[in-house]
Amino acid sequence: MDYFIQQLINGITLGGVYALIALGYTMVYGVIQLINFAHGEFFAAGGYMGVILLNWFIGRGYMSTHPMICIGASVVLTMGYCAFLAMGVEKIAYKPLRSASRLAVLLSALGMSIFLQNAMMLTQGVFDKPYPIELAEGSLTVGGITVSYLQVIIVVFTVVLLVGLNLLVFKTRIGMAMRATAQDKVMSSLVAISSNRIISLTFAVGAGLAAAAGIMVGFYYGSVRYDMGFVPGIKAFAAAVLGGIGNITGAMLGGLIIGMVEVFGAGYISGQYKDVFAFIILIAVLYFKPTGIMGENVDDTRV
Amino acid sequence: MAAEPILELQNVHASYGNIKALKGVSLKVYPGEIVAIIGANGAGKSTTLMTICGIVAVDEGDILYQGRSITKVAAEKLPVMGLCQVPEGRRIFPRLTVHENLELGAFYRRDREGIEKDMQRVYELFPVLKERKRQQGGTLSGGEQQMLAIGRALMSRPKVLLMDEPSLGLAPLIVQKIFDIIHEVNQKEGTTILLVEQNANLALQAAQRGYVLETGRVTMEDEAEKLLHNAEIRKAYLGE
Ligand SMILES: Nc1ncnc2c1ncn2[C@@H]1O[C@H](COP(=O)(O)OP(=O)(O)O)[C@@H](O)[C@H]1O
Ligand SMILES: [Mg+2]
Repeated sequence: MDYFIQQLINGITLGGVYALIALGYTMVYGVIQLINFAHGEFFAAGGYMGVILLNWFIGRGYMSTHPMICIGASVVLTMGYCAFLAMGVEKIAYKPLRSASRLAVLLSALGMSIFLQNAMMLTQGVFDKPYPIELAEGSLTVGGITVSYLQVIIVVFTVVLLVGLNLLVFKTRIGMAMRATAQDKVMSSLVAISSNRIISLTFAVGAGLAAAAGIMVGFYYGSVRYDMGFVPGIKAFAAAVLGGIGNITGAMLGGLIIGMVEVFGAGYISGQYKDVFAFIILIAVLYFKPTGIMGENVDDTRV
Repeated sequence: MAAEPILELQNVHASYGNIKALKGVSLKVYPGEIVAIIGANGAGKSTTLMTICGIVAVDEGDILYQGRSITKVAAEKLPVMGLCQVPEGRRIFPRLTVHENLELGAFYRRDREGIEKDMQRVYELFPVLKERKRQQGGTLSGGEQQMLAIGRALMSRPKVLLMDEPSLGLAPLIVQKIFDIIHEVNQKEGTTILLVEQNANLALQAAQRGYVLETGRVTMEDEAEKLLHNAEIRKAYLGE
């Protein structure tokens, strides 16, 4: 039983990370019906930018005097950096293809993914880059269950981001414009919404969330690598499809489920196959219910 | 009638790929008027409105609004200038609530009090919308959706309102109500209205002037009254 609860907590931690990445896929799909295959790279870029900024703060000596401010600033700046990066990617690789075939845009996305991955490899090297500090040491033991403080921080921060996103999309004027653009672009321009701006914003928000996930993973595993976006990217994509692509609540739920399945599969079935479970789910969903859990019928939280 | 038209199309051509939909449409709308465009299915009526609104590009010719060319102005800037459309098929945002649909009409506006006042006014004009305020737009009936589409356009405070087949698919009683509102908006607020209809009888009764559109060209223009009594028109569009 303890083992079960232990795995449950690990599953939630990992699932939260997948959920954060999955949101970018689902929101972009919701607004322009594109599977942004370069999205995993924003997660990796976030992981790297985190290291770079943390090292910078350490080099200046600020980290020892104001650790919390330095870490907070690193996270916020990283999210901002990836948001801008994504807006640039959208402008260069997708916007010129707005009226092109979907295949052309998809190829452009794949090309962008390869380009970004190689750019990271060339500038940051092929080896693992260690995270220079630990976010929080120690752990909490209740009964037989151990939760590291780091896990607590990750889960809390994830929840804050998810709640924030929900507020943005469902409670603000700009979120309303985003949903309107997803539903009818012609009509949204007839009510003075600039779809270009909304599309740009959607990329930015999605990449910001992925960047936050990248930093958290960096702290969690202690290092980052240029190709770290690939596998979690595909798993998060599976999560978005599982939840019903285009649906925000679905992406969160899908992320959680994929995280759980991976952790429990690794714990109870086989650790060697941990990466396989997400793909089995993806294939099963595509085969049996391509609209996902929250797709089409349960539709009120589509973008 | 004021000397200067508020909206003028000069020899406008527009196309979808290699399908030429408009082949030189010229028309004028003066401030405070109701002008009707009638014509058969596929004549180019909707394209004319979408071209005015910047959704369909102008290949040739010019569109003047308040004296200046708007052919290069982005579609989303036009509502801010007072040019709004109630499009064919209503195009309600189906997964937004009735209230949110109305709020979006006022998307570009920042005057909270004015928006609130206009919202109350729309709810007075269409009490059914107030009852269904929290309901998703897609769950409304056709008539309610048409009211919502008109309400949403009114929330933009239009100077010129383009309406595309507001009577389409609605019961006669609802059509009557919609046309009463069109009349009221025109009379009380002085909103200029360009009305597209297949129902020529209805449109020409509401309008002061009318244009007849056939396969992308204006083939006739006159006072609505005269068009209504024109033998050719009666034969072609009024089923006589
Ligand atoms: N989105 C489109 N793509 C291609 N052709 C179109 C499109 N919309 C309209 N058309 C064509 O343009 C012409 C004019 O259509 P439209 O403006 O919708 O006419 P109306 O509103 O008078 O019925 C028709 O021949 C129609 O088939
Ligand atoms: Mg039409």
